[in-house]
Order: sequence, then structure tokens, then C-alpha cells
Amino acid sequence: MTGFLIRRLLGIAATLLVICAVTFCIFYLLPSDPATQFCGKDCAPDQIALVRKQMGLDAPLIVQFGHYVLAIFAGRTMGSGQYAVQCNFPCFGYSFQSGRPVWDLMMDRFPTSASLAVGAALLWVFFGLSAGVLSALKKNSWIDRTVMVGTIGAAALPVYFTAMILLYVVVTVLGLIPYPRYIAFSEDPVGWLRNLILPWITLALASAAIYARMTRSSVIETLAEPYVRTARAKGLPERRVVAKHGLRPALTPVVTMLGMDLGSLLAGAMITESLFGLPGVGKLFADSLSKSDQPVVMGITLLASFFIVSSNLVVDLVYAWIDPRARLS
Amino acid sequence: MTAPLSTGLPGGAGAAASDPGDAAPAPDPQAPASPWRLTWDRLRRRRIALVGLGIIAFFVLTAALAPLITAVSGHGPTDTDKKAIDPYLGGLPRGTLGGVSPNHWLGVEPMLGRDVFARLLYGAQISLLVAFSAALMITVIGVVLGITAGYFGGRVDAVISRFMDVMMSFPSLIFMMALLSVVKDVNRVLLLIVVMSLFSWPYIARVIRGQTMSLKHREYVEAARVSGTPSVRILLTEILPNLTGTIIVYVTLAIPGLIGTEAGLTYLGVGVRPPTPSWGQMIADSALYYKVDPMFFVLPSACLFLVVLGFTLLGDALRDALDPKGSRA
Repeated sequence: MTGFLIRRLLGIAATLLVICAVTFCIFYLLPSDPATQFCGKDCAPDQIALVRKQMGLDAPLIVQFGHYVLAIFAGRTMGSGQYAVQCNFPCFGYSFQSGRPVWDLMMDRFPTSASLAVGAALLWVFFGLSAGVLSALKKNSWIDRTVMVGTIGAAALPVYFTAMILLYVVVTVLGLIPYPRYIAFSEDPVGWLRNLILPWITLALASAAIYARMTRSSVIETLAEPYVRTARAKGLPERRVVAKHGLRPALTPVVTMLGMDLGSLLAGAMITESLFGLPGVGKLFADSLSKSDQPVVMGITLLASFFIVSSNLVVDLVYAWIDPRARLS
Repeated sequence: MTAPLSTGLPGGAGAAASDPGDAAPAPDPQAPASPWRLTWDRLRRRRIALVGLGIIAFFVLTAALAPLITAVSGHGPTDTDKKAIDPYLGGLPRGTLGGVSPNHWLGVEPMLGRDVFARLLYGAQISLLVAFSAALMITVIGVVLGITAGYFGGRVDAVISRFMDVMMSFPSLIFMMALLSVVKDVNRVLLLIVVMSLFSWPYIARVIRGQTMSLKHREYVEAARVSGTPSVRILLTEILPNLTGTIIVYVTLAIPGLIGTEAGLTYLGVGVRPPTPSWGQMIADSALYYKVDPMFFVLPSACLFLVVLGFTLLGDALRDALDPKGSRA
């Protein structure tokens, strides 16, 4: 178990390093020069050269990359002379646009993205699993048919469509809630809930449909296994057979998918965030990209990659806990 | 939901019947039951597959015939019609339902007064062109790498699998956005195809690798190997034909994802650029007007929904029909 964890953590570190290197190359090899960006439009060539030197852009790429990676853990002094600033752990540099540390910018936005992703995930897991299990237990009944037809349709719904229909019906026509804007949970829990409910539904609807279909086929497959027949033959009540022997192994593919989805949503719900104007990490990414704010873009890319690789690890651990057959070695 | 489905049917029924010619490259009329004929028979008995096929055929046909159809309807995708909008109402279309009239069949865009029908047709061209080309690319890359990794195993497999793992750890949407925004002055459509393929092939490659690994221990492959057949020949004549079903199913199911990704990237402003018409672009433009001109918003979203639905229905049915165990036939 310890060996497995160490191996996986090393693998994660290596993967993140590769991703970091690729991101670094994309942004620092391509035409737009960060020094010109940073310096502004009216910079003379000698000023730009000075900025390049201060930012360390005159060093070879590999050295710059080394500085960047090292700074994440050890911090670094950015700039020189009277403009020098100490950037502490975890140092991802400073935004060209606002001059604030990238880490602070990301952490300001993170609660919004996390609220959105986790809330939506709870919704889609609850409805997806219930519909899927119900459908599997009532296989080929009218309930099953209705759920399956509904999920095919719902899975194909584009998020824009869901979002706009919800906004149109709930906000414009019925006037049940005001137009959503993000309110921090700590400020006003009720307001937080009321403003996030539409984004949650938008994000969760298609996923709930996909999870329902997957759960259904997984449960049907499990209930056909010989050990379920054994459990029934032992005379266990059907409810216990399903709950104890049917659901647990059927959940493993759902857990895998949930880990992957949640990992990529924590910093990647750009479309939903921009549809509802939520100030999350995805929105920050889209905005920084359009302004060529490279340090922020790089920081978010790394953060998003970190979520994805670490959620894979969590999935493996949960997997072993749910399904004894998949004990780690 | 049933209404749009049935409208997709009549247009596509004729095309659907002629389609098996494409699916079966060399049908021998004398052969009792070729696998392709069996598949087609199974597919034909599922009404839902025909619905999917009908929707796809409808959109492919209208996209291909867009220049002809717009010649009849009288407006090109970039023609502006100032008479169809009302400058005193902030450039909103004159008339009901977003300006539907004999002149503009599905209304006009606010502000510029471009014909929505023409833009939808040409948008379908872009959407399908990008999705089909990307699907072709990921099939080629995924099959070549997957089959190589699965058949040769050992170090080759280790390198390719590691590469796939790293590619799948990339936050794909974030990287696609970053790549699309830093690369300037190239053909956007081509760039979209390349960038989308870059992050989608590992999913197909992984499936192909797994299937190849189990196929390579079949007796006929062993027989070919001991009789001295070169590896490339074994791959092409013994393994590849057995993978066709899997490839078709996975590509059909990958296409809706690719269509959605293209629309999403364009919606976020990094995909196809105006004046090239695209559904994602129309959705982004229409989001501003969802309250006052819902038709403009509903139409591109509905097209996106229908195409995604069509491919999902067909893909699901194909998976059942090509099921190697034949358990659901």
C-alpha cells in the first residue's frame, strides 16, 4: 500500500512536470513577447530590454523553466532594485494585468468554482444514481422506458440551451428568483444557495442523464453475476441482495467517472461560469487568455492539471475501498 | 421531444435506406449472411437507430446542399438586410418570432439582419466538417498507436501507454483554448481540427489497445505468426478487420462530443471566427438577446441538440448491433 502510494505520487509529480514544461514552451516560445506585454504599448526598445532582463527572459529557456518550477516551492524575488518583490510559496508569479500574485487571484476565485462543481456533482450523482438503479430494478417496465428515453434526450442537451431556458422560465417569466450573481457562502448561505441553483441544474442535467444510463447497465450486469444468485439462493430478502451485493460492485465505474469529471470541472467549467457570469477559475482563465496574461494562464493550467491527476489517485483509493477485488498492490 | 424527432425522419428515410452501401464495402449478394448484413438487419429493426440515422442524413444533406438551398431561399449567410430589423428597437428583427417571414424563413439576426436560415445551414457545414475531420484524425492516430501498443507489447506498449496517460492528464479544454488563442494567422477550421484531435485520440487508442491485446492470442493470429507472416500483414489482415466494429462504434460516439467541443470553443471565442457562420458563434451572439428574441437563441441550440442526439442514438444502436457476443440481438 505504501509502495503503491509512493509510486503513484512520483508518477503524479512526473506528469505535472511534463505538463508544466509543455505549457511553458507554448507560452514562452510563441510570438507574443511577455516583456512587451508587461511593459505596455509606449515602451522604448531599451526599456523592453531592461524588462526582459528583470524578468529573467534573457536566460536560456531551460534556465527560465528551472526558475519557474523552483519558485513554486521555494519562492523567488521578482524584478530587481527598487522594484524587487518577494514572491512567497506557492509562487506562480504576478499577473501582468493586475500585478497581483497569481496564487491569490486563483484562490479568490476557487470557492466559486468549487461551490459550482461540488454542488452540481451532488445533484447529478443523486439523481443519476437513483434513476439508474430504479431503471435497472424495474428493467423493461414503463418506468425504465421513460427514464431511458428522457436520459437520451437530456444527455444531448447543450448547456447553453439548459441555461437559457432556465433563465427565461424561472427568472424572466415566473420571476421566482432574481438573475443569479455569486454570493459567498460565508456571507449569506441562503443567497448562495438561491444564486447557485440554476448553474447547478445546468451543469448537472446532462451528467445526471449519462450517470443514470451507466448505473443502469452496471447494476443490470452485476445482478446477473453468480454471487448475486448465491445470495438469493441463501434466502436473503431481495432488498438486502440488491443493497449489499448488487450496488457496491456496480458503483465502481460510476466512481471512476465521477473522479474524472469532478477533477476536470474544478477549474474547467468555463462555459457554465460564463453563461451565468460566475467569477470562477474558468472565467478567470478565459479572461486572462483574451488579455494574454501569461502567468495567470500558466498558473490555472497547472492548477487544473493538479486537480485531474490527484483526482485519479483518489479514484484508485476509493475503488479499493468499495471493491475488495481491486485491492491495491 | 417527439416532435423534432419525427420531423427528422421523413427527410432522412430515403437516405437511410441507401446507406448500407457505404457501410458494406463489398457485399456479396450470394453470401448467406455477411456480418455487415446481419448488423444492418439488426440496426433496421431498431426504430431509434433509424431516427438517429435520419437526423444525421438530414443535416448532412442540408449542409452539403447549403449553396443550392440558400439560392432558393434568396439570402446568403453573410448578406445583411437592414430592412428586416428595426433601428428604433435597438436593431431587433421586425415581425414575430425573430422576424420570420416568407422572405426570411427562420427570421434574421438582431443588429445586422443576417438570415438565420442561411447561417444555420452554413454553420452545419462548419460543425460537421470539423467533427468529421477530427473524427477521421483521431481514428487514424488512435488505431495506429493503439494497435501497435497492443500487438507488440513490452517496451513499445510501455512508451505509448505512458504517453496516452500523460495526454489524458492534460486539462483538455484549457489546453485547447490556450493553443487556439496563441496560434495566430492560420486557418481557424484546420487549427480547430488539429487541436481537438490532439486531445481526443487517447480515448480511442486505449480501447483499441485493449481489444488488440485479447485478439493477438486468438488461434488464427497465432497460426499466421508461426507460419511466418510479417507483423504488418498480421495487423492489417488478421487484427484490423476484427476491430472494425469497435472502431465504428467509438467513432460514432465520439462525433457528438467533437461537435459539442467545437461549439463550446467557438462560443468561448477561440474557435471559428466571424464572419464564418457557426452554431457556437450564433449561440454566443444570441445569449445577449435571449429575453427579447428567444427564437434566435433556440434555433442554433436546437440544431446542436438534434445533431448530438442523432449521433448518440445511432452510436448506441450500433453498439448493440455490433455487440460481438450478440447478447442483445
